[in-house]
Formats: sequence, structure tokens, C-alpha cells
Amino acid sequence: MSGTEKTRTGAEALVQCLENHGVEYIFGLSGGAAIPIFDALVDSKIKLILVRHEQGATHMADGYARATGRPGVVLVTSGPGATNTVTGIMTAKMDSVPMIVLTGQTPTFVLGKDAFQEADILGITLPIVKHSYLVKQSNDIPRIVNEAFHITNTGRPGPVLIDLPKDITSGVCTAALDSPMDLPGYPEEAKLDQAGILKMAELLNQSQRPLLLIGHGAVIARAGKAVVKLAEKLNSPVTNTLLGKGAFPETHCLSVGMLGMHGTAYANKALTRCDLIFSIGSRWDDRINGDTKKFCVGAKRLHVDIDPAEIGKILSPDAYAIGDARKIIEELVKHVKPLDTKDWIKELNGYKKKYPLKYKKQGGLKAQHVIDEMYKVTKGKVIVTTDVGQHQMWAAQFFLIDEPDTWLTSGGAGTMGYGFPAAIGAQFGCPDKTVVAIVGDGGFQMTLSELATAVIHKLHLKVLIIDNKYLGMVRQWQELFFDNRLSGVDLKGNPDFVKLAEAYGAKAFRIKRSADVRKVLTKAMEYNDGPCVIHAEVIKEDNVFPMIPAGKSAYDMIIEKPKKRMEKPTGST
Amino acid sequence: MEKVQTSATEQKLTRREMHTISVFVANKPGVLVRIALVFARRGFNVDSLVVSPALDGHYSRMTITALGDRETLIQIIKQVGKLVDVIRVTEHIEQAVVEKEFALIKVAADAAKRAEVMLLVDHFKAQTVDFTEDSLIIQVTGNTEKLDSFISLLEKYGIIEIVRTGKVLMARGKEKT
Ligand SMILES: Cc1ncc(C[n+]2csc(CCOP(=O)(O)OP(=O)(O)O)c2C)c(N)n1
Ligand SMILES: [Mg+2]
Repeated sequence: MSGTEKTRTGAEALVQCLENHGVEYIFGLSGGAAIPIFDALVDSKIKLILVRHEQGATHMADGYARATGRPGVVLVTSGPGATNTVTGIMTAKMDSVPMIVLTGQTPTFVLGKDAFQEADILGITLPIVKHSYLVKQSNDIPRIVNEAFHITNTGRPGPVLIDLPKDITSGVCTAALDSPMDLPGYPEEAKLDQAGILKMAELLNQSQRPLLLIGHGAVIARAGKAVVKLAEKLNSPVTNTLLGKGAFPETHCLSVGMLGMHGTAYANKALTRCDLIFSIGSRWDDRINGDTKKFCVGAKRLHVDIDPAEIGKILSPDAYAIGDARKIIEELVKHVKPLDTKDWIKELNGYKKKYPLKYKKQGGLKAQHVIDEMYKVTKGKVIVTTDVGQHQMWAAQFFLIDEPDTWLTSGGAGTMGYGFPAAIGAQFGCPDKTVVAIVGDGGFQMTLSELATAVIHKLHLKVLIIDNKYLGMVRQWQELFFDNRLSGVDLKGNPDFVKLAEAYGAKAFRIKRSADVRKVLTKAMEYNDGPCVIHAEVIKEDNVFPMIPAGKSAYDMIIEKPKKRMEKPTGST
Repeated sequence: MEKVQTSATEQKLTRREMHTISVFVANKPGVLVRIALVFARRGFNVDSLVVSPALDGHYSRMTITALGDRETLIQIIKQVGKLVDVIRVTEHIEQAVVEKEFALIKVAADAAKRAEVMLLVDHFKAQTVDFTEDSLIIQVTGNTEKLDSFISLLEKYGIIEIVRTGKVLMARGKEKT
């Protein structure tokens, strides 16, 4: 270890602070302005994972954070290195993921003079961070790092960026590594809102057809066990959002699975029939609530969220409590009584029978079949990441999740390119588990260069490419709403993904026929000498159903392609 | 004390109207931009903004007047309250505060019109702070309505320039601003 208190550089202080905060991995890519930090890492026990593109580093840090609950750390250089992190930061912000992004910066004495590789990354990222810093003095580094780790993973988590000019990281830092935080405006954890909890209990106790709606907040707060207790005591059915998968076991008999745009028909039917909807850590966003005027009409609304700004942002609740979902639900359980929901559950079970999720095994290889088999072969005992598109929705439908932190997907941002690097990050964070990335042929090509990263570190993750040779989700919209006038969705020119994986030194498998699905997936799961890629060539034109068109409500759900032409969606994208 | 205070949160008016908000912040770089972004993103036009050091130099006070509907304003206030460097956000209803604004007004009043202008100056308890052959500069303090009517009365003499500070205010009595 170089340096005593007196001669420690800013970069060395930074790295030691990171060590003190328990950082195991940094995902990054170097460059001039960041060289002092990379230099300090040579003497550190922190493992530096060199990526092939900075966006990959951010999604790896994101996947690491979602899988472990600990903040992911990214380190990049100034200018283009920093701007390449923007998508990943926004992705983390939208889904409340703890992440520290360290960006090298040109020296303070040239800031604002358009020096080589100067970018105002603080300004660029202002709307997409939870907080950010431009460090102006080497001695501020320990305090700022301590603040950043506190901010990123308390309250509603979110990314924090620290911009580090080169002269600041090269300069001397004499400040104590445990320098105290100075955050007069950052709230302490709020006291339990007993009155709000009692009001919610009162409404729950009067309900005949309650529905619990579990969101990402419940996963983040580790509220799963408390929610199970609540649901079982109330005899209340439970639905979950795309990001809420895992907080409440989807195989539980009270679960109706995922709701929303491509949720199960029974979950969406439940929305139209419940007399009380209780969001636990979900923000009523437009994927589950395209038309706020027609959301669970007539039902009482309860809301638990740690972010006060979410209360009343989209819908105003009849009762609410602000705070940690686990603590609130644990308290709430004490005040509710068992409800007679026999008829209600019977009704929902009827919908389950009438509208099951289904697909045909004949007529070419189906994405749903491949994903469903993957679920069965792995018995669901893996961490799943997905990319964004049709395959993501099919994965959400067929890959049931019972454990928190084992389903990682970009929900709020819908970032193509997320799935594969997120799997790498998750695999680093959870070496004893197996990570499966379910990706589309389009999204995978946005970040596939990280195959090198996965191969070098011999990560035993699996990449399942659902190759429909289309930007499938957009093609589906064009088919349904734009008279099948396909525009900019044909992925002609896709590489041979098997050869491509092999070129990187990864093991690769191919699935072309339905009959081979189970055999190949089993073989792929048994392979244990580094990453393996499974190239599933599925039928090109298939659509995800059920579907609630954007801007519509659960009352307007369609189960299959209508004969008539559909009107263009009014909702946001 | 609650970090975010809105008056009459329940009352949901959608009419566009003028609102006054005080923000008490830690004096950290960038805090002004962060607050401005919250307003701009939600289509609120900031009408005036006064920033000044608070009693203790570690903190600053901002008084913001902005035009928009109340429902959006409540969301803006909550989002501003979430900013790490913001200590307190308060929305004010007129009765509970003392509010003042200061203006410098350059009027094209030559010798012929000067007497009339001076009558107005007198009436509004304003003062002249600069005198030239054909113009004078008047300083005036008061609430926004007073300044507005003073200015409109001066218009016929020919106003060359106006600089207004924008509103500052303070909660009456024990209440904190
Ligand atoms: C970075 C980015 N660009 C564009 C989109 C818009 N988009 C959403 S889904 C989709 C198609 C994805 O295609 P693919 O990865 O092949 O998955 P598929 O839908 O075919 O399963 C597109 C282009 C997006 N979500 N993210
Ligand atoms: Mg595709």
C-alpha cells in the first residue's frame, strides 16, 4: 500500500474509501482523465472488470446491484467515456437501483475551456441521477464518497455520479477517510405512520374483493415475507408488476401473476373486478394503468411508497403510508382480519381456467416454448435477466419467479442492451448461482461485445437469444396498429450467433426445431466451463398476448389478434 | 419539521395561477440548476427568482414565483423537496407572509412633465435616485400589486427601462419561511 496519511493522493483516498464501503468489483474502462484512479486500483483488493463499452459497465453495475442489494460501481474516463454511461444511469434511475458512477474529468484549471475530452457530465446527467458531485478539492473526496454511498442505497435508491478532475485525484488528500457527511437536507428514515396504517387496515377489513399489487419497492424493501403474511391472513389475491416479480411467489395459490400491458388475463380481469387495490411499492405507472380514469373503477386505493412524491402523482389514494414497505406491512398485518374471499378467489380461478397463458408447439419453433422449457429445465432456480421486447414479455409470462432479486429487467426505461451485461454483473455478485440472460436478437447486438468480458472471467452464465430476425415488439405494433406497414424493423444481416460466440471463445448451441428444445437446453445448463450462448431461431412473426393497447385500461384487454383493424394507441409509446 | 409544506394540499385547482414558493437550501454548487430543472420539466414558467445567502452562509434562501396549475405545483414541490441539497420547501398563501419587491424605473420625464411624475413618486412613497436633463430614475418598494400600478401610471410619461428584483417574502409570526 502506497502512502501514509500525509502523502495519500486523492485517487488513493478514493480507492480506500471504496474498499471501506465493501466494494468488491468496479466495472470500467480507462482513459486519460481517469488514469490516476486506475493506477490506484493496481494496489487495491478491489477487482477491476474491464468492459468493452461503458454502457456495458453501467448495466453490469446495475445487475450486480439488483442481484445483491449492494451498490454497483462504475469507473470511466471523461468526455465520451462519461457520456457512454448516460443510458445506464437513466436505466438505474428509472428502476431505483443503487449505483455509484465515477467519471474522470479534465483538470479543474481547464474546466469550461473545451479542453480535450471535456464534457459537462454533471450537467448532462442532472435529470437522471439521484444526486451528483463535481469534486473541487482532493480533501473533499472521503466526505463525498461517504455521502454517495449513503444516498445511493437509502430511501428510494438511485444512481449517484461523482465527477473527478484529474488534478483532484492526483493531488494530495489529507482528510480522514471517515470524514463525516454533511447532508442537512437529506431526510432521516421517517417514523412509522401509525394513523395511515390504521386507516389502510380499516379499508382492507371492509373489502370483499381486495387485490394486492406488488411493485419493485416491495422487492427493494425486502417486504416479501411480510406481504405473504398479509395476503395469507387476508385471503387476498396478489398481482405483481414486471419489476415486482419475486417479492411474492408467483407460484403461490393466491398469485394471479403479472398485470399490465402484457400481463395475464386473470390479473387484468382482477383489476376490473376488485373493490380495493393496494399498491405496495408500485407507482401506478402507465404500463399497468394506461388510462387513469378507468383504473379499477370504484375500488378503494391504498398506497405504500417510500417516496412521498409518488403519493398522488398518478392516482390519489384513499389511504396511504410513506416509508419502508417491509416495516409498514409488518405493522399492518397486526391490524387486519381474515376476510371471506372464497367467492372472489373462485371467480379468479375461473378466469385462470378460461384464459390460461398458452402457445402451440406445432407450426415452427416458438419463443414461448423455448422460454417455458428454460423455466422447467432450471426449475426456476436461477437468476434471470432479460432484454427489452417481445422476448421480455414472454419471459415475464412464462418464467415464474418465487425469490426476490432473481428477476432483473429494465422496466421504467425499457433499455435494449440491458439484459446481457446485467447478467454479467449479477453473475459476479452471485457466483454460486447460475444466471440466464434471455435476450432478443436486436437488443443483444447493442452490447454483445461484452462476450469478451464474460469469456475472460469464465462466467458460467447462459445467454438465450430469442432470434426472430425482427425488432419484434415494434413489428407487432406495426402489424396491429399500422396496417402491417413494416418500417425499420427487419434485422436482415443478423450474424450467425453460434459462430459469433465461438469467435469470442464462448460455447454455443443452436435450437431450430421444437423437438430439440429440452435436449439442447439441458445440455447448455450442464455446460460449466465459461459462458454459453444458445441461439434459438424462432418463428419470425408472432405476437405477445394478452395485450392492453397503450393508453387503454384493463377493460380493453385483448386476448388474441382482433379481426378488425385496431385504432392507433393514444397512450405514451 | 416536515421537509415539504404545501398549503391546502387537498384543494386541487387546475387553473393556471401565480404561486410563491420559498426554498431553503444547503449552499452547494448546482442546487439552483437542479431546482430550475424540476420546474422546466413540468412546464412551469419561473416568473421571478431571488437567491440570497441565509443567516448562516452555509445556507441560501430562494423565493420563486411561478405560473402554472396547482396540481402540477404540488408535484413540483414534492420533487424539489426530494433534492438532496434542499432542506425545506414551503408554499405560501398570501395572508401568512410579508412580501416585498423592489424596482428601479427610468422615466423619460423632461422638465415639463417632472412635476406630475414627482406627485406620483410622492404618493407611492418612492424616491428619485438619479436626475438628468430628460430622464430620472425612481426607486420603489412594496408588494407586487403596488409596483404594478405605479408602473402602469408612469407608462404615459415614457418608461425607458425597468429592473425589478422579484418578490421576497417572510412568514409572519412564529412560522418559519
Ligand atoms: C435502446 C432502445 N432502442 C429502441 C427501443 C424501442 N424498442 C422496444 S422493443 C424493440 C424491439 C426489440 O427487438 P429485439 O431485441 O429483437 O427483441 P424482440 O422484440 O424481437 O423480442 C425496440 C426497437 C428500446 N426499447 N431501446
Ligand atoms: Mg427480435
